[in-house]
Amino acid sequence: MRIGMTLMRQRRSPVAKMGEFLAAVASQGFLQQALLAGLLASLGCGLIGPFVIIKRIAFLAGGIAHSVLGGMGAAVYFGFDPLLGALLAAVLAALLIGWVRLTWHTGEDTAIGALWAIGMAIGILFISRTPGYTTDLMSFLFGNILLVPARELGFMAVLDLLLLGTVGLFYRQFVAVAFDEEFARLRGVPVALFYLLLLVLVAITVVLMIQVVGLILVIALLTLPAAVAGQWTRSLAAMMLVATLLGAALTSAGLALSYAPDLPAGPVIILLAGAIYLISAVAAGIRARQLARRAALHAGVNR
Amino acid sequence: MANDRTVIDIQGLRFAYGAIPVLEDVDLTVGQGEFLGLVGPNAGGKSTLLKLILGLLEPQAGRIRVLGRPPRQARRRVGYVPQYPVFPRDFPISVEEVVLMGRFGLGWRLGGWRAADRAATARVLQEVDAADLRMRRIGTLSGGQLQRVLLARALVGAPELLILDEPTANIDQRMEGEIFDLLAELNRRLTIVVVSHDIAFISGYVSRVACLNRTLVCHATENIDGQTISDLYGEDVRQISHAHAHRHDPDATAAIAGGKDG
Repeated sequence: MRIGMTLMRQRRSPVAKMGEFLAAVASQGFLQQALLAGLLASLGCGLIGPFVIIKRIAFLAGGIAHSVLGGMGAAVYFGFDPLLGALLAAVLAALLIGWVRLTWHTGEDTAIGALWAIGMAIGILFISRTPGYTTDLMSFLFGNILLVPARELGFMAVLDLLLLGTVGLFYRQFVAVAFDEEFARLRGVPVALFYLLLLVLVAITVVLMIQVVGLILVIALLTLPAAVAGQWTRSLAAMMLVATLLGAALTSAGLALSYAPDLPAGPVIILLAGAIYLISAVAAGIRARQLARRAALHAGVNR
Repeated sequence: MANDRTVIDIQGLRFAYGAIPVLEDVDLTVGQGEFLGLVGPNAGGKSTLLKLILGLLEPQAGRIRVLGRPPRQARRRVGYVPQYPVFPRDFPISVEEVVLMGRFGLGWRLGGWRAADRAATARVLQEVDAADLRMRRIGTLSGGQLQRVLLARALVGAPELLILDEPTANIDQRMEGEIFDLLAELNRRLTIVVVSHDIAFISGYVSRVACLNRTLVCHATENIDGQTISDLYGEDVRQISHAHAHRHDPDATAAIAGGKDG
């Protein structure tokens, strides 16, 4: 992948660089696949990210993401597809954490911390016993969007359909459980079932994003686009739409920016997301202060 | 009671959080059409009793029947207004969507809300005088507005029993009067149980008061005198000065003894 890129390491205008990137996308199949992988992952930013923000379960999502290494390590050791191992580990971790919370109503964060570290320890042990796979460790941890094979794109598309179908069918129930669990229970909504289902969807989303940014950086892609969207939208549906579009823009822009200087795409995407989040948070803060001042002035006039 | 249909029937109820007893030997019967005020000191078990009636908690001993059934089976026919809104204020959701959640439990189906659900929502928002708030984001409401919306959410499922836990704890006195006027109106078709710490205020509205401090200290149309209140609160309480400056009779004793349907 590095062949030819060193030639481009010369000072050129950003526009020229972008032109080069677009020309490369048109001619290079692997770049087209990388872009597509980013777009497939961004659906997860939009559909599940808002629930992670609203339910304040970012730490839980981080725990699921890291425990996934156990499944990936075991999969490469036994010769399976690492993504399949990741999916199994993620769903198992999600159900375990959910079960701890539903049974004991507390102690969730301890369970998350334990799974987080235990999953990684298992993964590292398996990978250390698998000859020749240590290079894969870096792409598991930080992703490698340029190396997503076509087969995995199909797998990602299936996961997207699963997310879209489940959220589409049970949108009202998910919103009710996220908004007010006690009231939802009183109205006969099976709260425990939908809570566990939501965690399983978070697990699926984590696996979807691992290809793009790796399991360590997943948490940023899962939360930041949704958090930015939440600062500027008034309904959950709008938040989902904006977060999806933002996720797509961030993965594409990150890929484009990383291409010319030959940087790893995952960290560039995350830094870009972080920068947008900071700018958005500051802007939203300023707007809130302006609105408050205007409201105070208004109240003063009316008095 | 003029009406002999029983809505809530509690016999020999006992409940404890771990080793801490909260409720002991509670017997309480609420008939159809009643407007029961449940009063008592903080930590006297009022909210716990409501949660038991709603089937959110299980008693250690005793029997609860709501609308002739165990609480869990009856809860979809009960409307509930919680004391503290437990949801995050920044939740991106409109008033209409919040009220629509009261339409769960009227049959299982997939997909979005139906036109009938939205029509029912518009109707109850009108009834609680909050129709203009329909598209407002929930986090932008004042305490009084939020309370009306939560009341609408409880009403939109067409309950037979309405349960409110300190509905006016976070709002000003004028709003408090408006909310209780609304409840008095609703009481024409609904049985209502309302928890309050403010015995003097609610006595102008309710048909009966039950005083709870671990057990039922008094109920029915029994006279509430200084002795009962000091039994209840464990100290002398200045009865009259406790009352709000309000158009309703501030004298708790007279109002309770009078009883609305007595």
